[in-house]
Amino acid sequence: MSTDQTVKKVSAALAEYGIGVAFVLELILFAVFSPYFLTAENLLNVTLQTSITAIIAVGMTFVILTAGIDLSVGSVVAFAGVVTTVVLKLDFSPMIAYPLGIGAGLMFGVLTGGAAGIFVTKFRITPFIVTLALMTIWRGLAFVVTEGRPIWELPEGFAVLARGRMAEIPIPTIIMLIVFGAAHFVLTQTRFGRYVYAVGGNVEAARLAGIDTNRVLMQVYVISGVLASLGGILLASRVNSGQPNAGLMYELDVIAAVVVGGTSLFGGRGTVIGTLIGSLLIGVLRNGLNLMNVESYVQQVIVGIVILLAVMMDRLRK
Amino acid sequence: MNNLLSMNSITKKYPGVTALDAVSFELKPGEVHCLVGENGAGKSTLMKILGGAVAMDAGIIEVSGSAVTVSSPAAAQQLGIGVIYQDFKLVNDLSVAENVLLGQEPLRRWKMIDKNLMHEKVRQVLGQLGEELDTHVRVGTLGMAKRQIVEIAKTLVRNMRILVMDEPSASLTEQEIRNLFQVIRRLKKEGVGIIYISHRLDEIFEIGERVTVLRDGKNVKTAAVSEVDRRTLIRWMVGRELEQEYPKVPLKRGSEILRTEQLGAGRLRDISLGVMRGEIFGIAGLVGAGRSELAHIIFGASKREKGKVYLDGKEFNPASPSEAIDAGVGLLTEDRNRYGLLMQMNVRENVSLSKIRDVLKGFRIDKTKERIAAQGFVDQLRIKTPSLETGVETLSGGNRQKVVLARWLFTRSKLLIFDEPTAGIDVGAKFEIYNLMNDLAERGIGVIIISSELPELLGMCDRIAVMCEGRITGVLNREEATQEKILALATQFNEATSSVH
Repeated sequence: MSTDQTVKKVSAALAEYGIGVAFVLELILFAVFSPYFLTAENLLNVTLQTSITAIIAVGMTFVILTAGIDLSVGSVVAFAGVVTTVVLKLDFSPMIAYPLGIGAGLMFGVLTGGAAGIFVTKFRITPFIVTLALMTIWRGLAFVVTEGRPIWELPEGFAVLARGRMAEIPIPTIIMLIVFGAAHFVLTQTRFGRYVYAVGGNVEAARLAGIDTNRVLMQVYVISGVLASLGGILLASRVNSGQPNAGLMYELDVIAAVVVGGTSLFGGRGTVIGTLIGSLLIGVLRNGLNLMNVESYVQQVIVGIVILLAVMMDRLRK
Repeated sequence: MNNLLSMNSITKKYPGVTALDAVSFELKPGEVHCLVGENGAGKSTLMKILGGAVAMDAGIIEVSGSAVTVSSPAAAQQLGIGVIYQDFKLVNDLSVAENVLLGQEPLRRWKMIDKNLMHEKVRQVLGQLGEELDTHVRVGTLGMAKRQIVEIAKTLVRNMRILVMDEPSASLTEQEIRNLFQVIRRLKKEGVGIIYISHRLDEIFEIGERVTVLRDGKNVKTAAVSEVDRRTLIRWMVGRELEQEYPKVPLKRGSEILRTEQLGAGRLRDISLGVMRGEIFGIAGLVGAGRSELAHIIFGASKREKGKVYLDGKEFNPASPSEAIDAGVGLLTEDRNRYGLLMQMNVRENVSLSKIRDVLKGFRIDKTKERIAAQGFVDQLRIKTPSLETGVETLSGGNRQKVVLARWLFTRSKLLIFDEPTAGIDVGAKFEIYNLMNDLAERGIGVIIISSELPELLGMCDRIAVMCEGRITGVLNREEATQEKILALATQFNEATSSVH
């Protein structure tokens, strides 16, 4: 085969599978440069490091599919971590403390998502503004509640959630896979999933097709809130404390993962599989650059360039 | 007289299709040359080539006798070619004057805009068009007709000698169309050549000197308008004889499917009417008379304030479209691309959208069942689509409308409201839609047509209600209905108010 043909074939494959091909190329590249990269331990490590933002990115995918945005996720991470750790420090027996603490953290997710949903649907305020406001509110309250100090000295078992392994696989990785599997099922197989795409594609046409569009919007913000809280609980477990400054700037990493994964910011188009690959692509990039001893400031530059390239490739496909 | 424009043997190929096959077209100064053909005949490709938006593969374009290359929209403007698209290209937040002179603002010192001169200039141009329009008003607040005037004024200040108007009457009322024709006549006197594209054949006979018919990317005929009749034009466009444009069949009237009593909301006042099963019921009126609002109320998409609605004899008060759908009402919205279809979804998903419930198996959508259901309607309505998984985006206007209809048949509607059902649909596909309406009515489904095309209402409806300023001003039987009577009823309040002054 001539090189010309090869180039054509490669670019055709790129156009078709875009981000997936880029991800495979990335894996090959790092495998060549670093012998340690392709070991099971390192790959599991990457999934562990990516798991929290990837879980939050699933919720973000739902929101962006409806042409919305959720800027509050980083602050929700912090506040959910604070809520859970505060409850854990109350004097309950472990049998009650863990479910109660984690349940409270997740309930907070329902609450903040529900609040965002109400402002977006009932008061018709754009999601950008609503979640921007929630972002500063929860960040501020996280500091108010903790008086600016991390919550330490948690029950010993809590750290197992983020640090433990089942059959060699880190628990956060398992949770991430379950969340992605469930989200993929919901989006591709259920009526609610179909409605999410319809609302994002054209909200008025969806309403006139008989879809309760406000309800769908409420639901996606609640999903985003709950998954951001789940991310917050896992992060609190990983650092074994409730940190008011946890999850700073997460919203940007998460949005980047969703967009790199091919979901349109205008709504109606995208998949969680894309988001998974988008999250891993960025995670692997960071990991590989670390292995190659690239300085962290330089890493940021490279990550930014890769985001631009990935989205550009997606544009060219259309 | 010399040609202002001549396009010779223009050819344009896309992968798999020849959009234009050696098409030729000429335009004289001061002439209105109509360009007609079904969707996909090549009209818009030809005009995009002329406007510099698309490059041709072969052919020669001459402007005032000399060969030119139209490499970009800017180059087209340089050559004096102006295109007014259906969806205007105006900046809604700028004023009339700012829009007309956009990019050509008269400047003072330090590149400041000379506002006085700007408004003066624009007033002068509008005067040329016989229009009095406040040049300070934001374009976003204007109606469609006035926006069109702004577009025309834009081409005038740029000294366009060749003007392409793509479906200029699509969103105008009868009166506004009269007005537009006045403007066109003035432009003709100035020596501007106009290429007029329209699906409404009546207009061609009224305003055009010559007409060119395209079919499947080829020239069919160019003729003087005075030498052809409607029937001939349609035969050229569709390539076969249509027995009649409106295939009206006699229907057996059944029980009352819809009744409204003194319905009121917003502009609507005292709307009382009854629609029978087995009849096709028309609603006529000018744009803004409240026809679509009435449809939205019956469909539960907007709130009613007063009065009652009965569906099949039972009182009916839908709080949302989904309640109306469950009760058996379907609305084929005006502008199906914006309000009807989910353009990023495929045929299957668009058909099942309003009653996914029926193809659920537990939490899952049973895609086999969904496919079987959708395929049934694709066959029944003869929707031309490569497959069920094809995006509706790629379908023609007529087939898109059929997909919307399939959706409402899937929900088992017993009352269907068609709002401007054939807007932007070509003659052949219109005929099919009319036949489908007949079938539906025969099956005992109540059919309401809201339309601005009077011939369509007169041709297809058993009864026609006429609305004016939110009220019903009359209901005419098929036998007594004429264009004049409908127009009189549609404007009665306007005349009443104007005679008072």
